[in-house]
Amino acid sequence: MQKPYLSLSLVNKSFQRGNVISEVLKGISLDVKKGEFVSLIGHSGCGKSTMLNLIAGLTPVTSGAVTLEDKHVQEPGPDRAVVFQNHSLLPWLTIYENVKLAVDKVWRAESSAARKTRVMDCLNLVHMAHAKDKRPAEISGGMKQRVGIARALAMEPKVLLLDEPFGALDALTRAHLQDQVMQIHQTFGNTVIMITHDVDESVLLSDRIVMLTNGPAATIGEIHEVKLPRPRKRLELVTDPIYIRARETVLKFLYERNKFVEAA
Amino acid sequence: MAKPLRKHDLKIVAAVATTPLPAAILALPERKPAPRPVLKPIFDTLITVVLPPLLVTAFFLLIWQIATSQPGSSLPSPTQVFADSSELILHPFYDNGGTDKGLGLHILASLSRVAVGYALAAIVGIALGTLVGQSVYFMRGFDPLFQILRTVPPLAWLPISLAAFRDGQPSAIFVIFITAVWPVIINTAAGIRNIPQDYRNVALVLRLNPFEYFTKIMVPAAAPYIFTGLRIGIGLSWLAIVAAEMLIGGVGIGFFIWDAWNSSLISDIIVALVYVGLVGFVLDRIIASIGHLVTRGTAVN
Repeated sequence: MQKPYLSLSLVNKSFQRGNVISEVLKGISLDVKKGEFVSLIGHSGCGKSTMLNLIAGLTPVTSGAVTLEDKHVQEPGPDRAVVFQNHSLLPWLTIYENVKLAVDKVWRAESSAARKTRVMDCLNLVHMAHAKDKRPAEISGGMKQRVGIARALAMEPKVLLLDEPFGALDALTRAHLQDQVMQIHQTFGNTVIMITHDVDESVLLSDRIVMLTNGPAATIGEIHEVKLPRPRKRLELVTDPIYIRARETVLKFLYERNKFVEAA
Repeated sequence: MAKPLRKHDLKIVAAVATTPLPAAILALPERKPAPRPVLKPIFDTLITVVLPPLLVTAFFLLIWQIATSQPGSSLPSPTQVFADSSELILHPFYDNGGTDKGLGLHILASLSRVAVGYALAAIVGIALGTLVGQSVYFMRGFDPLFQILRTVPPLAWLPISLAAFRDGQPSAIFVIFITAVWPVIINTAAGIRNIPQDYRNVALVLRLNPFEYFTKIMVPAAAPYIFTGLRIGIGLSWLAIVAAEMLIGGVGIGFFIWDAWNSSLISDIIVALVYVGLVGFVLDRIIASIGHLVTRGTAVN
């Protein structure tokens, strides 16, 4: 048994406003191996983003612990780079400068030429080098998200956290970006945790799918391992029995056992 | 006329589709491009952009001329103004010693006061605004004070500042400062409070230190708000300087207007008003264009 790389043990999270305490996550325990691609799926409002923020260190846990390489996660840092849902590029900087901001901060010790190479390498990786002097407002949503991914990769994080990275994109762009993320994961063996709403996306990309029950006090309902060999080809998988079964499991979980209850 | 296709029609369609006909290539006569008009665009701009303000101004001057042309009118007509004060209009920089100076020199004196007072207001305003925008605690402490003090009219500060500084020059500068500082503080604070959580998260993940956060995230993100404040501030300080100089005397456009009034030189007052308006307009445009340059690309997301 391989030692867990990233581990959440009995994590609870509740928010308090005045006298009202609302429990969001309850008793979450999850071990992630190095190089594993894990996706979190669940209905909106169940606490997926909160779980990602806990790992990122952007919000503190109420009880329990998050550890990365046996170190306690207590604050955000570049070893857990986040790709935010709405790209969060700084609009006053060019594409190049946006990535450079991360490179300059994380690789301070390197020469300026080395840092420049890093920026360009990352932009090349997501095929955005051609637009390096443009500003975020001048490029499409899919391109922005690619730059967001480049910025996160530039930090060479131990864990890459993707918060619904393709949620706001059209289906074709989304498929294209999924392929790129798969390619990057294949090449560099990053440990990735991704939030998604999309059943196909979770099955296509992940080694394991973590399904969260409905909130309040959401917990891990089921974990499904996707034993599909890599590299995976979108078209070949459509008829693959393992793919179909994985898809069915997730769909059943989401629409039979944990029907979305409209919050009153 | 769309008839429903029958079976044999479909066959014909299929037959036509499968046997491509050889296409004949026709040479189209080459058309000469029409000569590009050179004068027309310039002419169009003249008509659409330059003409309307000229017409309105001419109309305004005409009304003024008609209204003030009968004998015994209390205000001079435009032609009268030019006849009386052509010396002022044509030689803005003469200096006969004492307070007998050209309008240009008076304006420069006023501008130098505004420059000092406004620069102080910009620095203090942005600093205080940052402090108040950053921390809820400071905001709760300072906000009531700001809200009350900012409603005090500029001239009401003059006696207290004369009492404090015992001199006209620093008092005038203080009045400029205290007038211009409020919009800068309030807008800077609003800009900083409105920095999206996403940008803050980026800073947190990158572990930017407070200085880096200030220069790389906070200032650029709040810049559009800060420049709104600065622009309101420059307008207010130009309003205040004219009024303040009327009271403190010496040199300056406000003093000039008051002096002209005491000497019953109504035409001089009118010329001075035109100058004040033009300078105020230019100041506003300068700050606006600096803001436009600095915040390029910030507003759109």
